[in-house]
Amino acid sequence: MAKATITFEDINVTVTVPAGTRVIEVSEKVGSGITYGCREGDCGTCIMKVTGGWNNLTEPSVLEDKILRENMAGKHNRLACQAQVLGGEISLKPV
Amino acid sequence: MNSVQLESEDGVPLAVALSERVHWVGALDPNLRTFDIILKTANGTSYNAYVVRGSEGVAVIDTVKEGFANDFFARLESVADYAEIKVIVLNHLEPDHTGALPELMKRAPQAQLFISQKAQSMLKGLLKQDELSFTPVVTGDKVSLGDRSLEFLHTPYLHWPDTQCTYAPEEAMLFSGDVFGCHFCDNRLYNDKVGDFRFSFEYYYAHIMRPFKEYVVRALELIEPLPLKLIAPTHGPILRDRPQHYIQRYRQLSSPALHNELRPNQKTLLIFYISSYGNTRRMAEAIYQGAMQIEDVRVSLYDLEGGEVAPFVDLIEEADGLVLGTPTINGDAVKPIWDLLSSLAVVNLKNKLGGVFGSYGWTGEGVRLVEDRLRGLKLRVPIQGLRVKLIPTDDEIHECKAFGLELAQELTGARESRVINFADL
Repeated sequence: MAKATITFEDINVTVTVPAGTRVIEVSEKVGSGITYGCREGDCGTCIMKVTGGWNNLTEPSVLEDKILRENMAGKHNRLACQAQVLGGEISLKPV
Repeated sequence: MNSVQLESEDGVPLAVALSERVHWVGALDPNLRTFDIILKTANGTSYNAYVVRGSEGVAVIDTVKEGFANDFFARLESVADYAEIKVIVLNHLEPDHTGALPELMKRAPQAQLFISQKAQSMLKGLLKQDELSFTPVVTGDKVSLGDRSLEFLHTPYLHWPDTQCTYAPEEAMLFSGDVFGCHFCDNRLYNDKVGDFRFSFEYYYAHIMRPFKEYVVRALELIEPLPLKLIAPTHGPILRDRPQHYIQRYRQLSSPALHNELRPNQKTLLIFYISSYGNTRRMAEAIYQGAMQIEDVRVSLYDLEGGEVAPFVDLIEEADGLVLGTPTINGDAVKPIWDLLSSLAVVNLKNKLGGVFGSYGWTGEGVRLVEDRLRGLKLRVPIQGLRVKLIPTDDEIHECKAFGLELAQELTGARESRVINFADL
């Protein structure tokens, strides 16, 4: 299975993960400061900043885009409960 | 004469003029004793709504709870025709302010509805109408009523994501939504006429605004520069006497109290424990000693048995890290721990460091359950909790010291960078 790495910059931790993993599955276990509310892409609590490897994450869905817009999210922001890893290296941090 | 005329002689509700162009069209609810489950009120509340008249149309700002719609519409009709209403502003979508909205939109279908950017999906959830027309606004957006205008301030999380304030510059009035409000019902309406509402004001802040202090501070940055003759909140007295006093009070209440006692860059770590046979206590003391090795961390150790919850909540609010020690009894953490945890909803815990430890007899679920709760409260829990079976050995005491040291290093950012395999988590 394809491997990828996610680096949580706020805690200086890099995790090797299988492709398809959602950020939410990892960030709480390692203690990153990304926090969660509804956990299903509706509330916008888990907005994170992707600092590297944007294209190594799945594209945001129409619904995720809507929530990002309503929450006035910045250009490099994603919902950690929705973003899935495709492969390669990804760096991110809480907003 | 101290009273304000809220009704005609034959009992028909009347609007109250705050100025020649601005009227209160709200409703009084003197019988309410519990609000939103979490708040008590000794004399009820008010649902304040307002009308602003410009040379080219009328704006209605907020409405009332559904059961009080008749009072609202009667007062509105006493100062405006529905056909004149050009603008409806919702500063906050909670049902006590939007209860009369569906009917108002039927009576004034031409009116344009203004809500905050963050209110869009909430409005749909509230009204259950897909084909709803509205205009989302942010700070800097304005709407003209001719010789009067309204300016919007984006003030989210005070106390819902959708909240905003609306400023009428020609009147120097701020329609603040729930900000600066309180549950206090007095038919004299104005802060210089009503009874003593200081307690209600402070109590409302403590329960409604306190969890969102960082957003209060951001909102004050927008509000403080405004020339203001009057603040018109959605609950409680209208603040026309020294409105700046209430802004200053919000600033005081939202500023950290502990800040000046700490050295620059110093972090605070609180360790709370409760122990039945002294085993969890011995763990706590060792963790305390371990954490104290890091000079830039101010570590405190407290036995939950010896304190009340409220002052501990105050301490936790301003701490950087929170470590809880609990034995496991009957497969669970013990009640004083849960009592403390269930009292933390009034403070912001986001991104504080959390850690859990405890001695147990045979199963030890308490530590994991509390870790999950801390994550649910939005603390980060990067170091797996420490469990010891019954009496800690010397080696286990060393592990406790190392756990304390690691937590303190995590707070100061001194932990080394790590590479972990997902399968090992």
